[in-house]
Amino acid sequence: MAALLRVDGVSKSFRGLLALNNVSFEVSEREIAALIGPNGAGKTTLFNVIAGVFRPDSGSVHLGGADITGRRPDEICHAGIGRTFQIVKPFAQMTVLENVTVAALHTAASVAAAREAARGFLELLELDAKAAQHAANLTLPDRKRLEVARALATGPRLLLLDEVMAGLRPSETDRMVATLRRLRDDTGLTILLIEHVMRAVMALSEHITVLHHGEKISEGTPDRIVRDPAVLECYLGDQDL
Amino acid sequence: MTPVRRFFGPLSRAGLWLGGAFLLLLLLLPWWGSSYIMTVAITVFYLALIGQSWNLMLGFAGLLSIGHALFVGIGAYTAAYLFAAIGLPPVIGVLPAVGLAVLMGLLIGYLGFRFAIGGVYFALLTIAFAEFVRIVIDHVSWLGATEGFFLKVSAADRHGIDLANLRGAPEMYYYLIMALALGALVLCRFLLRSRLGYYWQAIRDDAEAAQALGVNILRYKMYAVAISSGMAGVAGVFYAFYQNSLFPEIVFNIERSIEATLGSIVGGVGTLFGPIFGTFILTPLGEIVTEAIDLLKHWGVIDPQIKLDGLKLLIWGFIVVLIVLFKPKGLWPWVCARLRLTRPEAEG
Amino acid sequence: MDFWTLANATVGGLLIGLVYGLSALGLSVIFGVIRIVNFAHGEIMVMGMFFALLMFRWLGLDPLLSVPLAAALMFGFGYVLQLLVVSRVSHLPEHMQFLLLAAIAIMIVSALLLVFGPDAQGVEVDYAWDSFAVGELIIDYPKMFAAIAAVIVASLLLAFFKCTATGKAIRACADNRMGAQVVGLNVSRLYALTFGIGAACLGAAGAIILLLFEVHPYLAPGYTLLAFVIVIIGGLGSLFGALVGGILIGVSEALAAVLFQPSMKTAFSFGLLILILLLRPQGLLGKAVR
Repeated sequence: MAALLRVDGVSKSFRGLLALNNVSFEVSEREIAALIGPNGAGKTTLFNVIAGVFRPDSGSVHLGGADITGRRPDEICHAGIGRTFQIVKPFAQMTVLENVTVAALHTAASVAAAREAARGFLELLELDAKAAQHAANLTLPDRKRLEVARALATGPRLLLLDEVMAGLRPSETDRMVATLRRLRDDTGLTILLIEHVMRAVMALSEHITVLHHGEKISEGTPDRIVRDPAVLECYLGDQDL
Repeated sequence: MTPVRRFFGPLSRAGLWLGGAFLLLLLLLPWWGSSYIMTVAITVFYLALIGQSWNLMLGFAGLLSIGHALFVGIGAYTAAYLFAAIGLPPVIGVLPAVGLAVLMGLLIGYLGFRFAIGGVYFALLTIAFAEFVRIVIDHVSWLGATEGFFLKVSAADRHGIDLANLRGAPEMYYYLIMALALGALVLCRFLLRSRLGYYWQAIRDDAEAAQALGVNILRYKMYAVAISSGMAGVAGVFYAFYQNSLFPEIVFNIERSIEATLGSIVGGVGTLFGPIFGTFILTPLGEIVTEAIDLLKHWGVIDPQIKLDGLKLLIWGFIVVLIVLFKPKGLWPWVCARLRLTRPEAEG
Repeated sequence: MDFWTLANATVGGLLIGLVYGLSALGLSVIFGVIRIVNFAHGEIMVMGMFFALLMFRWLGLDPLLSVPLAAALMFGFGYVLQLLVVSRVSHLPEHMQFLLLAAIAIMIVSALLLVFGPDAQGVEVDYAWDSFAVGELIIDYPKMFAAIAAVIVASLLLAFFKCTATGKAIRACADNRMGAQVVGLNVSRLYALTFGIGAACLGAAGAIILLLFEVHPYLAPGYTLLAFVIVIIGGLGSLFGALVGGILIGVSEALAAVLFQPSMKTAFSFGLLILILLLRPQGLLGKAVR
């Protein structure tokens, strides 16, 4: 399988603090991959480097063979990466439908078409009943869903999901897992997710990369990862695994 | 839905009737109002136009301008100068006037938005540029400097209708500024429902999220500044040919810029009808205060010698403080809810 | 235009610039800690000027002797303003806070106008026209005293932030509000203190500057703008930058006045501002963002 996303030797430091140290990994086309690691491992920083929020100090990011290193977030969105934010960022004064419409606009021909497309994504994420509500009034699980709906509405080839299951009940997590898998199967979407909810990671991902202190310490299939002593060591005492 | 209903979306039946009646009353104003009332009404629409322009920046796109007098002033001076110097009629002169105002807006926008330092920067820049231009014009003799720039008006100009040269009876000015203000309202309505409107509101609510969804923040902020400053430039052209005299101290005074914000704040920042609603409350209120003071002086309650220059602004300032503290969303949404002028949570 | 004319203008500008710097310090302190742009900046300063004017008229007090009084009075004003009014809008978006302060600014100007009228009024101290010479350099006593007073007040302020427990607590608030709350600091009291301290700087700067310029209510917006320019040039939130920016603006204004026309001097500072924004947007001493 061809690699859709290739991260090559990426390093990033903040005020002398090394957040990412020479991280390389690939995500194949149509794959659901996960990025895990203890708090402060550099997962979100890596997301932000891929999504163009931070420019890496060294290293490169390629999407489908094209170099997207250091491009602006909106350019990277146009290149085909949709992302969610760990700390959700709804457009609070707009309705739920309008939130998703904003995302759908840059592939849609008209506002009306974008609204139609947005309704579809709301249905997919079970938000259609709340379309006319202001985003400020949503519960946290609904805001997480809204994040996913918006990211999907940009029509990405690669979806970056930053802890979208956190705060969901187990049954809701299962539904989200099912939704994401169906999306991949139906549309050929590639998904890279950061997740703490191991139930979701194990159920969804085909490939896992483990970060610790800004370095990649392991990668492979879920079966392999749970048996890797290096991974067990960094998670020692962590009840999740 | 009738086209009108569709256009105004969430307005209820009562809202449409009330709005329609009010509009009719205003259209017929020259038949029932005195010339004084007409002057006040012209001021109201003029400020509503500027307010709409200011609200587009802050209410739609989240950009705070405290130098809106700059764009108005540039429009005014450009059109007036071209008319006086080469006889260019304002109907054409409005183009370079708006062009210059837009250029100025883009320059400020470019300087302010290049850096992710925060909205305060842009606000400060707008004031700084307004002051800068005021001082420069203070020293430009061919623009009249501090002595002022005057347009010739003859007694004959006070009659009839000459829209191309903006010369005519007060009624002409009244209908013109009314059309411009309502035109601005319609334009804003249209923009808000367009791609631009969606992107602006997204940037206003969360710029980082908007960018992640593919919105080129710099570009769309620049669009907002350009359209807003252009609208203010149009207002400036009207001002020049209505007043026929331009003084840097008056045109570019920071009070003008603050005046531009007041209607929208009182009416409701980010609402479509807020700016016009707010000016309809504030301007007559200011007139009533002035009249009341004159009356009190006339009756001898207040010593006629006492100068009460600051009183009107003192009251205005107080109103804004009250609104920010107690009704930060403005009066329009509140009035709407009270009088059921809008349908609740309606889909547009 | 000979060397000494320029040198005289430079020194004069430097001395006045120190007073500007003190005033800008007041803006910087408030912005640095409370993250609010005090749009009523110049208005508070002009209140300090009028206060010193009254002290001079009623008690014959030299404006420099009014400095502690003006500072104390404005401290109280700022403290109460933050505690009762500004703190209530901390949850609102930035622009609403800005507008609130703009409205307060309008109210102050209008109130001053009602009380004092629009005409310029000043004080004349005994040494108003005295000066001394160093070579060909002529230094006015009022300017020198004003600069010395400004430096003393500014040093006291910097010492307060460096050495006292309260000063350190305020700095902690500025760095991390949530953290400050967690360790048990009374943030709303510290914010009120900060606004008070910022306003006290302005009261002091106002009393000092009355020695040099006449006062009228419409002066206020000009001082607000000047402080904005200085603070942007020096770097938002950098205290030392405010002083440096003040000197820079003082000198450039003075030079512009002799090289061009006195009335063009303000345009010159705005020109400087635009230049800085083009070349070094974070200000001379500000920290680069990313």
